Amino acid sequence: MSPPQREFDTRTDRHLLGGLRIAWLHLRIGVMNELQYRANFVIQLIQSLVAISTGLVVLALIFDRTDQLGGWTRPELLVVMGVFTLVGGLIGFVVEPNMGRVMGDIERGTFDYVLTKPVDSQLLSSLREFRIWRLTDAVVGLAVMIWGLAELKADFDAGEVAGFVITLAAGMLLIYCLWLVLTAGAFWVVRMDMVQELFTGLYRAGQYPVTVYPVWLRLMLTYLVPLGFAITVPSESLTGRLTLTRLVITVAFMVVAFTATRWFWRLGTRRYSGASA
Amino acid sequence: MTEVATGVHESIDRESAVRSYVRLYATLARTSMMQGFQYRVGNYFYMIGMVAEPVVYLVVWSTIARQQGGDVGGYTPGTFAAYYIVWTLVRNMNIVFTPFGWEQRIREGELSGHLARPLHPIHYDLGSFAGWKVVVIVLWLPIAGILSLIFRPELSPTIAQIAVFGIAIWGAYLIRSLFLWMLGMVTIWTTRVSAIFEAYFAAELLLSGRLLPVSLMPEWAQTLAGYLPFESTFGFPITALVGPITSRELVIGLVRQFVWIAIGIAGVQLMWRRAIKAYTAVNG
Repeated sequence: MSPPQREFDTRTDRHLLGGLRIAWLHLRIGVMNELQYRANFVIQLIQSLVAISTGLVVLALIFDRTDQLGGWTRPELLVVMGVFTLVGGLIGFVVEPNMGRVMGDIERGTFDYVLTKPVDSQLLSSLREFRIWRLTDAVVGLAVMIWGLAELKADFDAGEVAGFVITLAAGMLLIYCLWLVLTAGAFWVVRMDMVQELFTGLYRAGQYPVTVYPVWLRLMLTYLVPLGFAITVPSESLTGRLTLTRLVITVAFMVVAFTATRWFWRLGTRRYSGASA
Repeated sequence: MTEVATGVHESIDRESAVRSYVRLYATLARTSMMQGFQYRVGNYFYMIGMVAEPVVYLVVWSTIARQQGGDVGGYTPGTFAAYYIVWTLVRNMNIVFTPFGWEQRIREGELSGHLARPLHPIHYDLGSFAGWKVVVIVLWLPIAGILSLIFRPELSPTIAQIAVFGIAIWGAYLIRSLFLWMLGMVTIWTTRVSAIFEAYFAAELLLSGRLLPVSLMPEWAQTLAGYLPFESTFGFPITALVGPITSRELVIGLVRQFVWIAIGIAGVQLMWRRAIKAYTAVNG
């Protein structure tokens, strides 16, 4: 069977817009769906508060014994923890649910429904599930980040804020790429239900700036599991540590990783044999 | 005459009951072991995710120890390394059926199936998770080797310490199984449980020795930890092997584990009896 989407693939521009419109629709449906369960918001809020309180206790225990950790002071680590929680919330909002669904679809063979639609399969499978309540983490993280910045009494210019926004966006995309590559692994291995555990475990490392870790681990946590790019680099921008070189490296690495991920995704979808076909 | 006969009868019954329990556990363990070895990729993903946690703690606390001129409360980078590498084995041992799994058990009707079986359902969890432990320990060995090469742990346990550790990790497994089972059973009364679970795990993280050795916590937190079961499942088994620990403390630690196991068994039975009533009531 020659898939009809090939014809569309050559006209990516028009295609992208259509895809984004569909994503927007999915988002609206998702929001309406979750708004029915308002108690879940309270529960999620309690969970976010438990998590952030635990994090704050840990920081208190650390700074009970020392006044800096690898060159970072307490308010600076507060900023890092804020960004860590913010990014975690965003991942839980859009990346995790979509990737989980793709893995389930591949295992059950229902991924056919994605491939037969005349929309880019990567776009569609990345933006059809949204957990809005997970955004409470993002809000709580933002609050902690601002608290840390207030304690620092840092006066930052527009350049630093722009640097933060750009590196945060690039970092989020990098994390998405990692998830997508692991998820696409399901085209070969089928059962990938441990990916979630793997990622949650590794993600904890982002709570501290990657510069704290030994070199081999720092490199892994930057280029393999891009927590360095997604959490440390944006925090560096807010604490006046970001250099232009590192900003350029972050964006360039994102472009390379995104292109490679897209290629890998196509390779995987071509391999997928479906349940009925 | 009749008394003697019933006595004999009872002892035969008891013997065959013990034997059938052993057979049940062996079968469950073997099955889950075979399953575990089949999905090696998944299990390794799981292990790598798991190992990331203690490595983070280890790096942070050895950095602090170095900054403080060599040690924090008696722990050097070398003893921290020993603590957190032994941690990985203890953690593997005390991964048990998650309370989050209860929601699915109830929703998918698995619990109803369990009720029809002749034995208390906890035996099935205990047996199959015990089998999975074998898989995990085999997969853990190379990881522990690599971690030891990198972080150079300082470890010199006595025979008594090794023996107590061998018992204590299974004690930890039982205690955590029992308490998380009780926690999971809450799902039968209310489905909004995830916040309760998270709060429980946060308390456990801070007061068990999972995050850092309990002796490094503030005084009041150590006192509080003494009244809770958490330390018996993380801190005690680890410290039993890594030290510093006296023979007296080793014995006290084991006794405390036994007390917590007894409390756990009583608690599970009490809650289970009430839970079944609530559960059947829902089903009508």
